[in-house]
Amino acid sequence: MNSVGFPLLSLLTFLPLAGVAIILAVRGDEATVASNARWTALWTSLITFMLSLVLWFRFDKNEAEFQFVERLDWLADFGVTYHMGVDGISVLFVLLSTLLTPICILSSWEAVQTRVREYMIAFLILETMMVGMFCALDFVVFYIFFEGVLIPMFLIIGVWGGQRRVYAAFKLFLYTLLGSVLMLLAILLLWYKAGTTDIVELFTLTIPPSLQTWIFLAFFASFAVKVPMWPVHTWLPDAHVEAPTAGSVILAGVLLKMGAYGFLRFSLPLLPVASAEFAPWIFALSIVAIVYTSLVALAQEDMKKLIAYSSVAHMGIVTLGIFTFTQQGLSGALFTMLSHGVVSSALFLCVGVLYDRVHSREIMRYGGVAKIMPAYALVFMLFTMASVALPGLAGFPGELLVILGAWKVNPWVAFGAALGMILGAAYMLYLYRRVVFGRITREDLRGLLDLSPREYAVFAPLILLTIWMGIYPQSFLSFFEASVAALVERHHAALSAARLAGL
Amino acid sequence: MNWMLALPEIVLACCGLAILMIGVLPRQNMFFGCTMASIGALVVTAALVLTVPDGAGFAGQVISDGFARFMKLLVLLGAGIGMLMALDFNRREGLDRFEYPVLLLFATLGMLIMLSANDFMTVYIGLELLSLSLYVVAAFHRDNEQSAEAGLKYFVLGALASGLFLYGASLVYGFAGTTSFERIAQALLDPAGRSQGLTVGLIFILAALAFKVSAVPFHMWTPDVYEGAPTPVTAFFAAAPKVAAVALLTRILAGPFGELAAQWQQVIILISLASMVLGALAAVGQRDIKRLMAYSSIGHIGYALMGLAVASDEGLHGLAIYMAIYLAMNLGAFAVLIAMRRQGKAVSRIEDLAGLGKTDPAMAMWMTIFMFSMAGIPPLAGFFGKLYVFLAAVQGGYWTLAVVGVLTSVISAFYYLRIVKVMYFDDAQAPLDARPQTLTMVMGISGIFTTLFFIMPAPLVRAAQEAVSALLG
Repeated sequence: MNSVGFPLLSLLTFLPLAGVAIILAVRGDEATVASNARWTALWTSLITFMLSLVLWFRFDKNEAEFQFVERLDWLADFGVTYHMGVDGISVLFVLLSTLLTPICILSSWEAVQTRVREYMIAFLILETMMVGMFCALDFVVFYIFFEGVLIPMFLIIGVWGGQRRVYAAFKLFLYTLLGSVLMLLAILLLWYKAGTTDIVELFTLTIPPSLQTWIFLAFFASFAVKVPMWPVHTWLPDAHVEAPTAGSVILAGVLLKMGAYGFLRFSLPLLPVASAEFAPWIFALSIVAIVYTSLVALAQEDMKKLIAYSSVAHMGIVTLGIFTFTQQGLSGALFTMLSHGVVSSALFLCVGVLYDRVHSREIMRYGGVAKIMPAYALVFMLFTMASVALPGLAGFPGELLVILGAWKVNPWVAFGAALGMILGAAYMLYLYRRVVFGRITREDLRGLLDLSPREYAVFAPLILLTIWMGIYPQSFLSFFEASVAALVERHHAALSAARLAGL
Repeated sequence: MNWMLALPEIVLACCGLAILMIGVLPRQNMFFGCTMASIGALVVTAALVLTVPDGAGFAGQVISDGFARFMKLLVLLGAGIGMLMALDFNRREGLDRFEYPVLLLFATLGMLIMLSANDFMTVYIGLELLSLSLYVVAAFHRDNEQSAEAGLKYFVLGALASGLFLYGASLVYGFAGTTSFERIAQALLDPAGRSQGLTVGLIFILAALAFKVSAVPFHMWTPDVYEGAPTPVTAFFAAAPKVAAVALLTRILAGPFGELAAQWQQVIILISLASMVLGALAAVGQRDIKRLMAYSSIGHIGYALMGLAVASDEGLHGLAIYMAIYLAMNLGAFAVLIAMRRQGKAVSRIEDLAGLGKTDPAMAMWMTIFMFSMAGIPPLAGFFGKLYVFLAAVQGGYWTLAVVGVLTSVISAFYYLRIVKVMYFDDAQAPLDARPQTLTMVMGISGIFTTLFFIMPAPLVRAAQEAVSALLG
């Protein structure tokens, strides 16, 4: 079956559902149910994370092909199989998902007091969907997980969200659904043309360039919304602001990666000609996203909104890196996705810490927090610095590689990406200064408690990762080097083949 | 003459007559007994359906094949659950008269006859038996103005549709010289036999059947009847008869008129498009959940007809799967609607569901599953229904249908989500009355099917495939 000898990926995907079953089975008064739900969810997600560490140790980094492969008949008559596997591109995202879920559950330990049972169920189902999506090697199976994410996310934002939660939940759902259904049509077309939806087999398919354009546009509709790219990013600030802290963490940490992952997994290998054709447009949109959303972020008065806009800017760097089709650009994009997954999640958690205490996300509401909560200020600073890509922290290697890759393609594109780093420093430091430094303007802030042990536990793994990724990025980069090299090579081979055919 | 071919129908008819006698003779209320006896009769019939051999009989009037079997089982399932769901509701509303299950039983008999029809005469007998029974049950709450109005409205428009059907059938008879499906098919094989008159006749028949499946532009009765009729009746309307009528439409178009596909395809494409669009747009502003379900069912029929519109094996296959899944999730959703009672009175405004997530978490969860499934969100069953019809549309190159289909499914997601929103995001109202066990059971079974369908889709998919290949020969 695979190098571990048992269906590891399926176990990782569906283990959280076992937790759901346990939580559903618990009877008793509300307090018992709530505490049972919390502990069950935490343990389930922790066990899932422990299991997923097998991937970290047993993954063969020199192998570009899919590993831990599982295959079962599912809709055999239609060429759809339940096919799971990971390669260098997806393996770390599986780990990211399994890491962030227990962190989310821990971070909402006290913040969520209503309908705890449903909350935990939603998060566990969400974990199933996320892990399944990164492992799926069949397009239909992928789509099922990709779309299935919307159901728990809609409920998380809508039930436990802020004031305008209904609007935000609907916007998130309908926006992403609209993009996805167009992709569904493209998947169906591929299915019909190839007679299979197996991704590995689809990679061998040569699609005529004219068709590639249409399929690319359909994929783009879905992935660009998910990334999100300018100008279809407007659902993100709303969703982030209204979501509960843990919802924002998952949204920023994992869900935003789904779009970029889609580009890497599907658009690039399946549609090389169209991808190359559309690359200049993607560059343009990415640079607009970087510059425009950075400027917008400068003007925000809501902490979560500011970080949400910074996410759009960071994802602009990611899409830019992907469409350079160079080893550096792609590796950088992947690394940025990972580091952004860690850092922006941590930033949302930082906001959550303040929000839990003061119940306000307004920047003006704070000031001088450093004097009251010194440990918190330090943690917050670490992640702020990582977000502005300070060398030695997680944000830097990825962005540097993207800029290098972009330089190879076009120096101006590299300039656009670099602009993002400068503006990023501006808005993040501005935020940090206003919240943490300065005089204490509100007297009620003086009573704030510094980080609790639970919060230390939440931040500890993220701090560790942020420093590790900054100091020794190679231990992460080595995971995707082989797969990225294979992807780049195949892309250029396909392009030259297409050029030959064109002659 | 092969009696065996019509054995399920004969047995069901005899049972119906017997149950009628049982209901009339004793002095006490026989509603419960008759319902149980009727459900028993349906179960026996279902068992018989499974044993009937393939073939045509009664001078070619009746046919039995895999397609009929598949659809009959769906109809029997829908009808049986429909009767079960009325048990408690009718008692509380004072509608617990023994005629109710008997009428539904005869309606089911009509549907079975429609499904085994191989001749327009047989079709008409089945169709009228179904319609007459339904006219009566729509107005079953006779002291209620709305219910009486629903029954009358349905009757007047239904009679018009029957007239259209007869007119179309007689035109077909006039031009083809026969009402038998087989001989019509033979006549059409010869290009000289394909006269304009046949097409005109076919259009009339199509209009009549579009009325029965409530496809745009013959949908006008649906919202009013759905709203006015007692909720269990609405549940019955939305399930079994829809399946039967869609199956009949499929048999007529794919069977005898297969050669005229180029003609009827245009009509079905238009009907399908219009139904999807209207079903999506008109439901957005509804306040009454029964009306909303009416528009939703119009939309779903649009999707199902997409499978017919592409006129391919895959399309019919998608249609068969769609109807099966539609039936399952609709029954579950209506179980929730029937359970909506507050202080002893049936309520049906969407706001009445407010805060259900707090007051009745189990029911809210099932309803959420049904709503997401109807919106076509994976991994729920409704997604697979849509997947197959869209696949067929893409394979046939019908991009307009496919694109309009996915766009309207996004629009309709909005109103399905609105119900979820009301249940979970809005402030709680007074709790609904405790629901009877029967409804809990229906919700549970339908909900589990809808949720877990993705694990084992193959059996249903294969059964639908066998049904369709039996139809196309």
